[in-house]
Amino acid sequence: MSQDEKSNDSLIEIRDVGFSFGDRRIYDGLNMSIPRGKVTAIMGPSGCGKSTLLNFIGGRLRPDHGDVKLNGVSIPSLNRRDLYALRKQMGMMFQSSALLTDLNVFENVAFPIREHTELPDELIKNLVLSKLQMVGLRGARRLMPAELSGGMTRRVALARAIALDPMLVMYDEPFTGLDPISLGVIVKLIHEVNDALNMTSLVVTHDVAEGCSIADYVYLLGNGKVISEGTPEQMSETRSSDVRQFMDGLPDGPVAYHYPARDYKEDLFREWPNE
Amino acid sequence: MNSARLLGRWVINSILRLGRATVFLMSTLVGVILIMRRFSLIVQQVFAVGVLTVLIIVVSGLFVGMVLGLQGYNTLVDFGAESSLGLVVALSLTRELGPVLTALLFAGRAGSALTAEIGLMKATSQLAGMEMMAVDPIERVMAPRFVAGFVAMPLLAAMFTAIGVLGGFLIGVGLLGVDSGVYWTSMQEGVDVYDDILNGVIKSVAFGFVVTWIAVFEGYDAVPTSEGVSRATTRTVVIASLAVLGLDFILTSLMFSEV
Repeated sequence: MSQDEKSNDSLIEIRDVGFSFGDRRIYDGLNMSIPRGKVTAIMGPSGCGKSTLLNFIGGRLRPDHGDVKLNGVSIPSLNRRDLYALRKQMGMMFQSSALLTDLNVFENVAFPIREHTELPDELIKNLVLSKLQMVGLRGARRLMPAELSGGMTRRVALARAIALDPMLVMYDEPFTGLDPISLGVIVKLIHEVNDALNMTSLVVTHDVAEGCSIADYVYLLGNGKVISEGTPEQMSETRSSDVRQFMDGLPDGPVAYHYPARDYKEDLFREWPNE
Repeated sequence: MNSARLLGRWVINSILRLGRATVFLMSTLVGVILIMRRFSLIVQQVFAVGVLTVLIIVVSGLFVGMVLGLQGYNTLVDFGAESSLGLVVALSLTRELGPVLTALLFAGRAGSALTAEIGLMKATSQLAGMEMMAVDPIERVMAPRFVAGFVAMPLLAAMFTAIGVLGGFLIGVGLLGVDSGVYWTSMQEGVDVYDDILNGVIKSVAFGFVVTWIAVFEGYDAVPTSEGVSRATTRTVVIASLAVLGLDFILTSLMFSEV
Protein backbone atom coordinates (compact mmCIF):
# COMPACT_ATOMS: atom_id res chain seq x y z
CA MET A 1 0.00 0.00 0.00
CA SER A 2 1.43 3.43 -0.90
CA GLN A 3 1.94 6.18 1.70
CA ASP A 4 -0.89 8.25 0.19
CA GLU A 5 -3.33 5.34 0.24
CA LYS A 6 -2.40 4.62 3.85
CA SER A 7 -2.86 8.28 4.81
CA ASN A 8 -6.34 8.40 3.31
CA ASP A 9 -7.43 5.42 5.34
CA SER A 10 -5.69 6.46 8.56
CA LEU A 11 -7.18 7.80 11.75
CA ILE A 12 -3.81 8.84 13.16
CA GLU A 13 -0.90 10.27 11.18
CA ILE A 14 2.49 10.68 12.83
CA ARG A 15 4.99 12.57 10.72
CA ASP A 16 8.69 13.18 11.36
CA VAL A 17 8.27 13.24 15.13
CA GLY A 18 11.34 13.90 17.25
CA PHE A 19 11.40 13.93 21.03
CA SER A 20 13.95 13.87 23.86
CA PHE A 21 13.78 13.46 27.62
CA GLY A 22 16.68 15.64 28.72
CA ASP A 23 19.75 14.31 26.90
CA ARG A 24 18.03 11.04 26.00
CA ARG A 25 16.73 10.87 22.46
CA ILE A 26 13.44 8.94 22.37
CA TYR A 27 12.26 9.59 18.83
CA ASP A 28 14.13 10.77 15.80
CA GLY A 29 11.99 11.14 12.69
CA LEU A 30 9.16 8.78 13.61
CA ASN A 31 6.53 8.17 10.91
CA MET A 32 3.39 6.07 11.38
CA SER A 33 -0.13 5.74 10.03
CA ILE A 34 -2.70 4.07 12.26
CA PRO A 35 -5.47 2.56 10.13
CA ARG A 36 -9.05 3.51 10.87
CA GLY A 37 -11.34 0.83 12.33
CA LYS A 38 -8.53 -1.67 12.93
CA VAL A 39 -6.57 -2.93 15.92
CA THR A 40 -2.98 -1.74 15.63
CA ALA A 41 -0.27 -3.01 17.95
CA ILE A 42 2.74 -0.86 18.79
CA MET A 43 5.49 -3.15 20.01
CA GLY A 44 9.04 -2.64 21.09
CA PRO A 45 11.41 -3.20 23.98
CA SER A 46 10.83 -1.52 27.34
CA GLY A 47 11.91 2.10 27.39
CA CYS A 48 11.67 2.60 23.62
CA GLY A 49 8.93 5.23 24.06
CA LYS A 50 5.74 3.30 23.30
CA SER A 51 3.76 4.95 26.09
CA THR A 52 5.24 8.32 25.11
CA LEU A 53 3.58 7.84 21.75
CA LEU A 54 0.18 7.50 23.46
CA ASN A 55 0.94 10.70 25.36
CA PHE A 56 1.54 12.51 22.05
CA ILE A 57 -1.81 11.30 20.71
CA GLY A 58 -3.56 12.22 23.97
CA GLY A 59 -1.88 15.63 23.90
CA ARG A 60 -0.22 15.12 27.29
CA LEU A 61 3.19 15.59 25.66
CA ARG A 62 4.22 17.63 22.65
CA PRO A 63 6.93 16.40 20.30
CA ASP A 64 10.04 18.55 19.85
CA HIS A 65 9.29 18.57 16.14
CA GLY A 66 6.95 16.90 13.69
CA ASP A 67 3.21 16.50 13.76
CA VAL A 68 0.62 14.12 15.21
CA LYS A 69 -2.79 14.25 13.56
CA LEU A 70 -5.96 12.60 14.76
CA ASN A 71 -8.70 12.53 12.16
CA GLY A 72 -6.89 15.35 10.34
CA VAL A 73 -6.56 17.55 13.44
CA SER A 74 -3.03 18.49 14.45
CA ILE A 75 -2.86 17.67 18.18
CA PRO A 76 0.30 19.61 19.20
CA SER A 77 -1.13 22.85 17.82
CA LEU A 78 -4.47 22.60 19.68
CA ASN A 79 -5.22 25.00 22.49
CA ARG A 80 -6.29 23.59 25.83
CA ARG A 81 -10.02 23.88 25.23
CA ASP A 82 -9.92 22.20 21.83
CA LEU A 83 -7.61 19.51 23.17
CA TYR A 84 -10.05 18.67 25.96
CA ALA A 85 -12.90 18.61 23.42
CA LEU A 86 -10.90 16.17 21.27
CA ARG A 87 -10.10 13.96 24.26
CA LYS A 88 -13.82 13.29 24.68
CA GLN A 89 -13.49 11.27 21.48
CA MET A 90 -10.63 9.18 22.88
CA GLY A 91 -10.61 6.49 25.52
CA MET A 92 -7.54 5.23 27.27
CA MET A 93 -6.87 2.17 29.35
CA PHE A 94 -3.80 2.67 31.52
CA GLN A 95 -1.47 -0.13 32.58
CA SER A 96 -2.39 0.62 36.20
CA SER A 97 -6.07 0.93 35.18
CA ALA A 98 -6.16 4.37 36.90
CA LEU A 99 -9.57 3.73 38.46
CA LEU A 100 -10.68 6.38 40.93
CA THR A 101 -10.20 4.60 44.23
CA ASP A 102 -12.89 6.50 46.11
CA LEU A 103 -15.62 5.51 43.64
CA ASN A 104 -17.19 2.09 43.14
CA VAL A 105 -17.21 0.26 39.80
CA PHE A 106 -20.50 1.80 38.68
CA GLU A 107 -19.44 5.35 39.53
CA ASN A 108 -16.05 4.87 37.85
CA VAL A 109 -17.74 3.98 34.58
CA ALA A 110 -20.32 6.71 35.06
CA PHE A 111 -17.62 9.30 35.80
CA PRO A 112 -16.94 10.53 32.23
CA ILE A 113 -20.66 10.47 31.42
CA ARG A 114 -21.54 12.55 34.49
CA GLU A 115 -18.67 14.96 33.78
CA HIS A 116 -19.49 15.59 30.14
CA THR A 117 -23.22 15.18 29.81
CA GLU A 118 -26.30 16.23 31.70
CA LEU A 119 -28.16 13.00 31.12
CA PRO A 120 -30.77 11.94 33.68
CA ASP A 121 -29.70 9.34 36.23
CA GLU A 122 -31.97 6.68 34.71
CA LEU A 123 -30.26 6.97 31.33
CA ILE A 124 -26.80 7.03 32.90
CA LYS A 125 -27.69 3.86 34.78
CA ASN A 126 -28.70 2.12 31.55
CA LEU A 127 -25.58 3.29 29.72
CA VAL A 128 -23.26 2.19 32.51
CA LEU A 129 -24.95 -1.18 32.91
CA SER A 130 -24.69 -1.81 29.16
CA LYS A 131 -20.93 -1.10 29.26
CA LEU A 132 -20.47 -3.28 32.34
CA GLN A 133 -22.51 -6.04 30.72
CA MET A 134 -20.16 -5.86 27.73
CA VAL A 135 -17.12 -6.49 29.95
CA GLY A 136 -18.97 -9.04 32.08
CA LEU A 137 -18.93 -7.05 35.32
CA ARG A 138 -22.52 -5.88 35.68
CA GLY A 139 -22.75 -7.94 38.86
CA ALA A 140 -19.66 -6.25 40.32
CA ARG A 141 -21.01 -2.73 40.01
CA ARG A 142 -21.08 -2.05 43.73
CA LEU A 143 -17.54 -3.25 44.42
CA MET A 144 -14.77 -0.79 45.17
CA PRO A 145 -11.56 -0.88 43.07
CA ALA A 146 -9.63 -2.32 46.04
CA GLU A 147 -11.95 -5.35 45.98
CA LEU A 148 -11.22 -6.20 42.33
CA SER A 149 -8.58 -8.51 40.87
CA GLY A 150 -6.05 -7.21 38.34
CA GLY A 151 -8.05 -8.56 35.41
CA MET A 152 -11.29 -7.07 36.73
CA THR A 153 -9.77 -3.61 37.17
CA ARG A 154 -8.62 -3.70 33.52
CA ARG A 155 -12.14 -4.65 32.44
CA VAL A 156 -13.66 -1.81 34.45
CA ALA A 157 -11.04 0.54 32.97
CA LEU A 158 -12.04 -0.69 29.52
CA ALA A 159 -15.74 -0.11 30.27
CA ARG A 160 -14.87 3.42 31.41
CA ALA A 161 -12.70 4.04 28.33
CA ILE A 162 -15.62 3.26 26.04
CA ALA A 163 -18.27 4.99 28.19
CA LEU A 164 -18.56 7.93 25.78
CA ASP A 165 -18.31 5.74 22.64
CA PRO A 166 -15.01 7.26 21.47
CA MET A 167 -13.59 6.90 17.98
CA LEU A 168 -10.22 5.78 19.35
CA VAL A 169 -9.30 3.60 22.32
CA MET A 170 -5.67 3.43 23.42
CA TYR A 171 -4.44 0.54 25.54
CA ASP A 172 -1.19 0.95 27.47
CA GLU A 173 0.29 -2.48 28.21
CA PRO A 174 -3.13 -4.15 28.68
CA PHE A 175 -1.70 -7.67 29.09
CA THR A 176 0.95 -7.02 31.73
CA GLY A 177 0.63 -9.00 34.94
CA LEU A 178 -2.55 -10.89 34.05
CA ASP A 179 -3.26 -14.57 34.63
CA PRO A 180 -4.03 -16.61 31.47
CA ILE A 181 -7.81 -16.43 31.94
CA SER A 182 -7.86 -12.66 32.50
CA LEU A 183 -5.47 -12.25 29.60
CA GLY A 184 -7.77 -14.21 27.33
CA VAL A 185 -10.72 -12.11 28.46
CA ILE A 186 -8.91 -8.84 27.72
CA VAL A 187 -7.77 -10.08 24.29
CA LYS A 188 -11.36 -11.08 23.46
CA LEU A 189 -12.76 -7.79 24.76
CA ILE A 190 -10.36 -5.59 22.81
CA HIS A 191 -11.39 -7.33 19.62
CA GLU A 192 -15.10 -7.40 20.39
CA VAL A 193 -15.24 -3.78 21.51
CA ASN A 194 -13.36 -2.63 18.45
CA ASP A 195 -15.68 -4.45 16.09
CA ALA A 196 -18.97 -3.91 17.92
CA LEU A 197 -18.49 -0.17 18.45
CA ASN A 198 -16.72 0.40 15.14
CA MET A 199 -13.80 2.19 16.71
CA THR A 200 -10.05 2.22 16.19
CA SER A 201 -7.82 0.53 18.74
CA LEU A 202 -4.18 1.23 19.45
CA VAL A 203 -2.51 -1.35 21.67
CA VAL A 204 0.91 -0.62 23.12
CA THR A 205 2.51 -3.81 24.33
CA HIS A 206 5.76 -5.72 24.57
CA ASP A 207 3.88 -9.00 24.64
CA VAL A 208 4.66 -10.43 21.19
CA ALA A 209 2.26 -13.40 21.21
CA GLU A 210 -0.78 -11.47 22.41
CA GLY A 211 0.07 -8.39 20.38
CA CYS A 212 0.26 -10.41 17.18
CA SER A 213 -2.83 -12.45 18.01
CA ILE A 214 -4.95 -9.35 18.42
CA ALA A 215 -3.59 -6.90 15.86
CA ASP A 216 -4.55 -6.31 12.26
CA TYR A 217 -1.34 -4.31 11.82
CA VAL A 218 1.88 -4.18 13.83
CA TYR A 219 4.52 -1.50 14.25
CA LEU A 220 7.83 -2.46 15.84
CA LEU A 221 9.74 0.44 17.36
CA GLY A 222 13.42 0.68 18.19
CA ASN A 223 16.18 3.30 18.21
CA GLY A 224 13.63 6.10 17.99
CA LYS A 225 12.12 4.87 14.73
CA VAL A 226 9.87 2.26 13.21
CA ILE A 227 12.18 -0.67 12.54
CA SER A 228 9.51 -2.82 10.96
CA GLU A 229 5.80 -2.81 10.20
CA GLY A 230 3.23 -5.05 8.62
CA THR A 231 0.57 -7.61 9.35
CA PRO A 232 1.39 -10.15 12.09
CA GLU A 233 2.07 -12.74 9.37
CA GLN A 234 4.50 -10.43 7.59
CA MET A 235 6.24 -9.69 10.89
CA SER A 236 6.71 -13.35 11.69
CA GLU A 237 8.35 -13.87 8.28
CA THR A 238 10.74 -10.91 8.50
CA ARG A 239 14.37 -11.99 8.74
CA SER A 240 15.82 -8.66 9.97
CA SER A 241 17.95 -9.17 13.09
CA ASP A 242 16.24 -6.24 14.90
CA VAL A 243 12.84 -7.81 14.33
CA ARG A 244 13.92 -11.35 15.08
CA GLN A 245 15.55 -10.39 18.37
CA PHE A 246 12.32 -8.88 19.62
CA MET A 247 9.87 -11.36 18.09
CA ASP A 248 11.88 -14.39 19.27
CA GLY A 249 12.85 -12.88 22.63
CA LEU A 250 16.62 -13.23 22.10
CA PRO A 251 18.62 -11.83 25.06
CA ASP A 252 21.39 -10.34 22.92
CA GLY A 253 21.41 -8.75 19.50
CA PRO A 254 20.95 -5.25 18.10
CA VAL A 255 19.50 -4.36 21.52
CA ALA A 256 22.58 -5.19 23.59
CA TYR A 257 22.38 -7.39 26.67
CA HIS A 258 24.88 -5.19 28.53
CA TYR A 259 24.20 -1.61 29.46
CA PRO A 260 26.95 0.57 27.92
CA ALA A 261 30.02 0.49 30.21
CA ARG A 262 33.79 0.81 30.08
CA ASP A 263 35.97 -2.23 29.44
CA TYR A 264 35.31 -4.99 32.00
CA LYS A 265 39.01 -5.70 32.69
CA GLU A 266 39.77 -2.02 33.07
CA ASP A 267 36.83 -1.73 35.48
CA LEU A 268 38.04 -4.64 37.60
CA PHE A 269 41.54 -3.18 38.04
CA ARG A 270 40.38 0.36 38.69
CA GLU A 271 40.76 1.61 42.25
CA TRP A 272 37.26 1.28 43.67
CA PRO A 273 36.12 4.70 44.93
CA ASN A 274 37.90 6.41 42.06
CA GLU A 275 34.99 6.37 39.58
CA MET B 1 33.44 25.61 44.87
CA ASN B 2 31.29 22.52 45.10
CA SER B 3 29.33 24.05 47.99
CA ALA B 4 28.74 27.21 45.98
CA ARG B 5 27.44 25.10 43.11
CA LEU B 6 25.13 23.16 45.42
CA LEU B 7 23.88 26.38 46.99
CA GLY B 8 23.26 27.85 43.54
CA ARG B 9 21.38 24.75 42.45
CA TRP B 10 19.27 24.84 45.62
CA VAL B 11 18.41 28.51 45.07
CA ILE B 12 17.49 27.93 41.42
CA ASN B 13 15.38 24.87 42.30
CA SER B 14 13.63 26.80 45.07
CA ILE B 15 12.81 29.66 42.71
CA LEU B 16 11.56 27.19 40.09
CA ARG B 17 9.33 25.50 42.67
CA LEU B 18 7.97 28.84 43.81
CA GLY B 19 7.22 29.69 40.19
CA ARG B 20 5.44 26.38 39.67
CA ALA B 21 3.51 26.85 42.90
CA THR B 22 2.39 30.32 41.80
CA VAL B 23 1.26 29.12 38.38
CA PHE B 24 -0.53 26.24 40.12
CA LEU B 25 -2.25 28.68 42.48
CA MET B 26 -3.47 30.82 39.58
CA SER B 27 -4.86 27.75 37.79
CA THR B 28 -6.50 26.57 41.00
CA LEU B 29 -8.13 29.95 41.58
CA VAL B 30 -9.57 29.81 38.06
CA GLY B 31 -10.73 26.27 38.88
CA VAL B 32 -12.37 27.56 42.07
CA ILE B 33 -14.53 29.94 40.03
CA LEU B 34 -15.57 27.11 37.70
CA ILE B 35 -16.23 24.58 40.46
CA MET B 36 -18.62 26.84 42.37
CA ARG B 37 -21.49 25.59 40.22
CA ARG B 38 -20.84 22.08 41.62
CA PHE B 39 -21.28 22.86 45.25
CA SER B 40 -21.64 19.21 46.31
CA LEU B 41 -17.97 18.56 45.49
CA ILE B 42 -16.96 21.31 47.90
CA VAL B 43 -19.29 19.99 50.62
CA GLN B 44 -17.72 16.53 50.32
CA GLN B 45 -14.27 17.99 50.79
CA VAL B 46 -15.32 20.25 53.67
CA PHE B 47 -16.39 17.03 55.37
CA ALA B 48 -13.10 15.27 54.59
CA VAL B 49 -10.87 18.23 55.45
CA GLY B 50 -12.91 19.98 58.13
CA VAL B 51 -15.32 17.67 59.89
CA LEU B 52 -12.81 14.86 60.25
CA THR B 53 -10.38 17.32 61.88
CA VAL B 54 -12.90 18.48 64.49
CA LEU B 55 -12.00 15.86 67.09
CA ILE B 56 -8.31 16.72 67.25
CA ILE B 57 -9.18 20.43 67.32
CA VAL B 58 -11.69 20.05 70.14
CA VAL B 59 -9.42 17.90 72.29
CA SER B 60 -6.40 20.15 71.70
CA GLY B 61 -8.43 23.29 72.32
CA LEU B 62 -9.70 21.91 75.61
CA PHE B 63 -6.22 21.05 76.87
CA VAL B 64 -4.67 24.30 75.69
CA GLY B 65 -7.47 26.26 77.44
CA MET B 66 -6.97 24.25 80.62
CA VAL B 67 -3.21 24.86 80.60
CA LEU B 68 -3.80 28.57 79.97
CA GLY B 69 -6.20 28.60 82.92
CA LEU B 70 -3.63 26.99 85.20
CA GLN B 71 -0.62 29.03 84.05
CA GLY B 72 -2.59 32.27 83.86
CA TYR B 73 -3.99 31.83 87.36
CA ASN B 74 -0.59 31.01 88.88
CA THR B 75 0.94 34.15 87.36
CA LEU B 76 -2.00 36.50 87.95
CA VAL B 77 -2.61 35.45 91.55
CA ASP B 78 0.85 36.80 92.54
CA PHE B 79 -0.37 40.26 91.52
CA GLY B 80 -3.87 39.84 92.89
CA ALA B 81 -5.17 39.99 89.35
CA GLU B 82 -6.81 36.57 89.07
CA SER B 83 -10.06 38.33 88.16
CA SER B 84 -8.48 38.98 84.76
CA LEU B 85 -8.06 35.26 84.05
CA GLY B 86 -10.98 35.16 81.59
CA LEU B 87 -9.49 38.08 79.66
CA VAL B 88 -6.01 36.52 79.53
CA VAL B 89 -7.36 33.19 78.31
CA ALA B 90 -9.64 34.79 75.73
CA LEU B 91 -7.05 37.21 74.33
CA SER B 92 -4.36 34.53 74.12
CA LEU B 93 -6.72 32.27 72.23
CA THR B 94 -8.44 34.73 69.89
CA ARG B 95 -5.30 36.65 68.94
CA GLU B 96 -2.68 33.92 68.78
CA LEU B 97 -3.15 30.41 70.01
CA GLY B 98 -6.48 29.75 68.34
CA PRO B 99 -5.45 30.57 64.77
CA VAL B 100 -1.80 29.43 65.06
CA LEU B 101 -2.30 26.12 66.86
CA THR B 102 -5.32 25.28 64.71
CA ALA B 103 -3.24 25.95 61.60
CA LEU B 104 -0.41 23.75 62.89
CA LEU B 105 -2.82 20.94 63.75
CA PHE B 106 -4.62 21.44 60.45
CA ALA B 107 -1.31 21.15 58.57
CA GLY B 108 -0.50 17.94 60.43
CA ARG B 109 -3.90 16.31 60.12
CA ALA B 110 -5.68 17.63 57.01
CA GLY B 111 -2.68 19.06 55.11
CA SER B 112 -0.70 15.84 55.19
CA ALA B 113 -3.81 13.86 54.24
CA LEU B 114 -4.45 16.16 51.26
CA THR B 115 -0.88 15.84 50.02
CA ALA B 116 -0.83 12.08 50.42
CA GLU B 117 -4.19 11.66 48.70
CA ILE B 118 -3.31 13.83 45.71
CA GLY B 119 0.23 12.41 45.50
CA LEU B 120 -1.13 8.87 45.44
CA MET B 121 -3.70 9.83 42.83
CA LYS B 122 -0.78 11.05 40.73
CA ALA B 123 1.33 7.94 41.42
CA THR B 124 -1.53 5.63 40.41
CA SER B 125 -2.24 7.60 37.21
CA GLN B 126 -5.67 8.72 38.44
CA LEU B 127 -4.88 12.34 37.60
CA ALA B 128 -3.53 11.34 34.18
CA GLY B 129 -6.66 9.23 33.70
CA MET B 130 -8.83 12.24 34.40
CA GLU B 131 -6.89 14.34 31.90
CA MET B 132 -7.42 11.65 29.28
CA MET B 133 -11.14 11.68 30.07
CA ALA B 134 -11.06 15.42 29.30
CA VAL B 135 -11.57 16.24 32.97
CA ASP B 136 -9.20 18.86 34.32
CA PRO B 137 -7.78 17.53 37.62
CA ILE B 138 -7.02 21.04 38.81
CA GLU B 139 -10.68 21.97 38.53
CA ARG B 140 -12.12 18.60 39.62
CA VAL B 141 -9.66 17.57 42.36
CA MET B 142 -7.56 20.54 43.48
CA ALA B 143 -10.10 23.37 43.49
CA PRO B 144 -12.72 21.73 45.78
CA ARG B 145 -9.99 20.72 48.23
CA PHE B 146 -8.53 24.20 48.17
CA VAL B 147 -11.90 25.83 48.87
CA ALA B 148 -12.63 23.29 51.60
CA GLY B 149 -9.37 24.02 53.42
CA PHE B 150 -9.90 27.74 53.05
CA VAL B 151 -13.44 27.50 54.47
CA ALA B 152 -12.74 24.92 57.17
CA MET B 153 -9.72 26.60 58.76
CA PRO B 154 -11.48 29.70 60.25
CA LEU B 155 -14.34 27.52 61.48
CA LEU B 156 -11.94 25.12 63.16
CA ALA B 157 -10.01 28.04 64.68
CA ALA B 158 -13.27 29.45 66.07
CA MET B 159 -14.07 26.05 67.52
CA PHE B 160 -10.59 25.74 69.03
CA THR B 161 -10.91 29.17 70.64
CA ALA B 162 -14.39 28.54 72.02
CA ILE B 163 -13.43 25.19 73.50
CA GLY B 164 -10.20 26.72 74.86
CA VAL B 165 -12.18 29.42 76.67
CA LEU B 166 -14.36 26.67 78.16
CA GLY B 167 -11.22 24.75 79.20
CA GLY B 168 -9.90 27.87 80.96
CA PHE B 169 -13.30 28.23 82.64
CA LEU B 170 -13.27 24.63 83.86
CA ILE B 171 -9.88 25.08 85.51
CA GLY B 172 -10.13 28.72 86.61
CA VAL B 173 -13.70 28.64 87.90
CA GLY B 174 -14.27 24.95 88.55
CA LEU B 175 -10.94 24.09 90.14
CA LEU B 176 -9.19 27.27 91.29
CA GLY B 177 -12.17 29.21 92.56
CA VAL B 178 -12.25 32.25 90.28
CA ASP B 179 -15.73 33.77 90.29
CA SER B 180 -17.75 32.70 87.30
CA GLY B 181 -19.27 36.13 86.68
CA VAL B 182 -15.85 37.80 86.93
CA TYR B 183 -14.40 35.30 84.44
CA TRP B 184 -16.99 36.12 81.77
CA THR B 185 -17.27 39.84 82.56
CA SER B 186 -13.53 40.49 82.24
CA MET B 187 -13.68 38.76 78.88
CA GLN B 188 -16.72 40.73 77.75
CA GLU B 189 -15.12 44.04 78.72
CA GLY B 190 -11.63 43.37 77.45
CA VAL B 191 -12.08 41.54 74.17
CA ASP B 192 -12.73 43.80 71.21
CA VAL B 193 -14.68 42.44 68.27
CA TYR B 194 -12.57 44.20 65.64
CA ASP B 195 -9.12 44.38 67.26
CA ASP B 196 -9.12 40.88 68.65
CA ILE B 197 -11.75 38.59 67.15
CA LEU B 198 -11.71 39.96 63.61
CA ASN B 199 -7.92 40.00 63.50
CA GLY B 200 -7.90 36.42 64.73
CA VAL B 201 -10.35 35.48 61.99
CA ILE B 202 -8.21 37.25 59.38
CA LYS B 203 -5.19 35.30 60.61
CA SER B 204 -7.00 31.98 60.42
CA VAL B 205 -8.24 32.75 56.89
CA ALA B 206 -4.68 33.62 55.82
CA PHE B 207 -3.31 30.46 57.44
CA GLY B 208 -6.03 28.35 55.82
CA PHE B 209 -5.13 29.78 52.42
CA VAL B 210 -1.40 29.17 52.83
CA VAL B 211 -1.60 25.71 54.42
CA THR B 212 -4.09 24.41 51.86
CA TRP B 213 -2.12 25.89 48.96
CA ILE B 214 1.07 24.21 50.19
CA ALA B 215 -0.68 20.89 50.86
CA VAL B 216 -2.45 20.70 47.51
CA PHE B 217 0.57 21.89 45.54
CA GLU B 218 2.95 19.45 47.23
CA GLY B 219 0.62 16.57 46.35
CA TYR B 220 0.29 17.73 42.74
CA ASP B 221 4.03 18.32 42.39
CA ALA B 222 5.07 15.10 44.17
CA VAL B 223 7.39 12.66 42.44
CA PRO B 224 4.94 9.83 41.61
CA THR B 225 6.64 7.12 43.68
CA SER B 226 6.08 5.94 47.25
CA GLU B 227 9.23 7.77 48.34
CA GLY B 228 8.17 10.90 46.45
CA VAL B 229 4.75 10.97 48.10
CA SER B 230 6.31 10.39 51.50
CA ARG B 231 8.71 13.30 50.98
CA ALA B 232 5.94 15.55 49.73
CA THR B 233 3.85 14.78 52.82
CA THR B 234 6.77 15.60 55.11
CA ARG B 235 7.45 18.80 53.18
CA THR B 236 3.82 19.85 53.57
CA VAL B 237 3.94 19.60 57.35
CA VAL B 238 7.36 21.28 57.66
CA ILE B 239 6.85 24.09 55.13
CA ALA B 240 3.26 24.78 56.17
CA SER B 241 4.20 24.93 59.87
CA LEU B 242 7.10 27.31 59.21
CA ALA B 243 4.95 29.39 56.87
CA VAL B 244 2.24 29.69 59.53
CA LEU B 245 4.70 30.82 62.19
CA GLY B 246 6.44 33.28 59.86
CA LEU B 247 3.15 34.65 58.56
CA ASP B 248 1.87 34.94 62.12
CA PHE B 249 4.78 37.22 62.98
CA ILE B 250 4.14 39.40 59.93
CA LEU B 251 0.38 39.61 60.54
CA THR B 252 0.84 40.25 64.27
CA SER B 253 3.26 43.11 63.61
CA LEU B 254 0.81 44.60 61.10
CA MET B 255 -2.27 44.19 63.29
CA PHE B 256 -1.10 44.81 66.80
CA SER B 257 1.91 47.09 66.38
CA GLU B 258 1.38 50.46 68.06
CA VAL B 259 4.15 52.09 65.97
